[in-house]
Amino acid sequence: MKPAAFKYIAATSLAQALALKSEHGDEAKFLAGGQSLIPTMNFRLARPAILIDINGIGDLAGIRPSAQTTRVGALTRYRALQRDPALARQFPLIGEALPHIAHPQIRNRGTIGGNLSHADPASELPAITLALGARFRVQALERERWIEASDFFVGGLTTDLAPDEMLVEIELPLLLPRTGTCFMEIARRKGDFAIAGVAAVVTLDDQDQCSDIRLTLCGVGETPIDASAAAALLSGQVPSEAAVRDVAAAVQAMIDPGGSVHATPDYQRHVAGVLTERALHLAYQRVRHGQG
Amino acid sequence: MDRDDHDITLVVNGSSTLRRVESRMLLSDFLRHELGLAGTHVGCEHGVCGACTILFDGEPVRACLMLAVQANQHEISTIEGLASKDGEYHPLQQAMHDHHGLQCGYCTPGILMTMSAYLRENPSPTEAEVREALSGNLCRCTGYQNIVDAVMAAANRMRV
Repeated sequence: MKPAAFKYIAATSLAQALALKSEHGDEAKFLAGGQSLIPTMNFRLARPAILIDINGIGDLAGIRPSAQTTRVGALTRYRALQRDPALARQFPLIGEALPHIAHPQIRNRGTIGGNLSHADPASELPAITLALGARFRVQALERERWIEASDFFVGGLTTDLAPDEMLVEIELPLLLPRTGTCFMEIARRKGDFAIAGVAAVVTLDDQDQCSDIRLTLCGVGETPIDASAAAALLSGQVPSEAAVRDVAAAVQAMIDPGGSVHATPDYQRHVAGVLTERALHLAYQRVRHGQG
Repeated sequence: MDRDDHDITLVVNGSSTLRRVESRMLLSDFLRHELGLAGTHVGCEHGVCGACTILFDGEPVRACLMLAVQANQHEISTIEGLASKDGEYHPLQQAMHDHHGLQCGYCTPGILMTMSAYLRENPSPTEAEVREALSGNLCRCTGYQNIVDAVMAAANRMRV
């Protein structure tokens, strides 16, 4: 398996990369970590005429904390995310999800921006950024805009990015006080694509009642699924087992998993329900025990 | 489309080299076909099996998921550079031999590159951590137990 022929350009600045993309549009692809793009090129499922390598643009990588948010450069590799102690402390959800992303060799190359732009619905980070209420800074040659995570993933492997745009930065709002999080996933083997994965973000008031809940899923639809509306059943309550079961049933009713040779849609729906119950329960326990 | 060739300089196992490569050439094929370093094995060619694992600037990566042209101005280590110059095995190579950590040997170079880098950063791993670190390298012969034993033994020896 070898990629079809293409023209390779190593961009030395963001302006150059954006100018090239503006000139060539859909004919060109940005090459970041390449851990999804190169395999699809090896299979010749993707045959870009031009590859714009952005790995030399140092400004695109890095983790920049501030008072209200943490900003993560699109070219930041999974490995760098895993090794940043402040990020792990502020966003334990990310730390919990990263080991599920492929394998160490892949995490050494793969980038957060590449992952989100590829928008694989079975991938963890789209669901995680959705659960955390992230927003994405997107640049074109002489334009810039912010896209909410909830508006970014528009279909299977499809984002709101225009052909001349690049995702350059991810902004994560800090968790509210008294918030617990949990990510859980079932895959056939360690590092495989999720049969189903669930991210839960639970905020409690001072009576230990849920004041805010975010619940998202990966692997069970064309896009990451925001099931926060189903989880809103728990608002204003101390989550009882019965209430959490009701949320899981509502999640099962709202998703439409595609199934595969390894998991029927019914099985995926079952797993999504089980993980929803477990993740909500554990996130709640974590707030009460102060473990974020 | 015309051939898209690029001149690259890179350091492979400590030696600097200058080559002209076509942009679509995978790093794994470059190492094997252009440099004759056929110890880097090619299994699945889409990043699943781990047989082609090499060190790119010291970190394990899949050589089949990188282009040779991306190695320009970078440093690569392959299995051919793991033993010392006088031929003495790396402790991990010796331990794989001692513990019968390979049968057909196809996955072995990738495992050695992955785990030698891992032990450098994690000199005292638990068995569970070793299994986690090995998760990106498929072996269809051994059932992994002897590989895990070898890595644990090598870790012991390297700590002394």
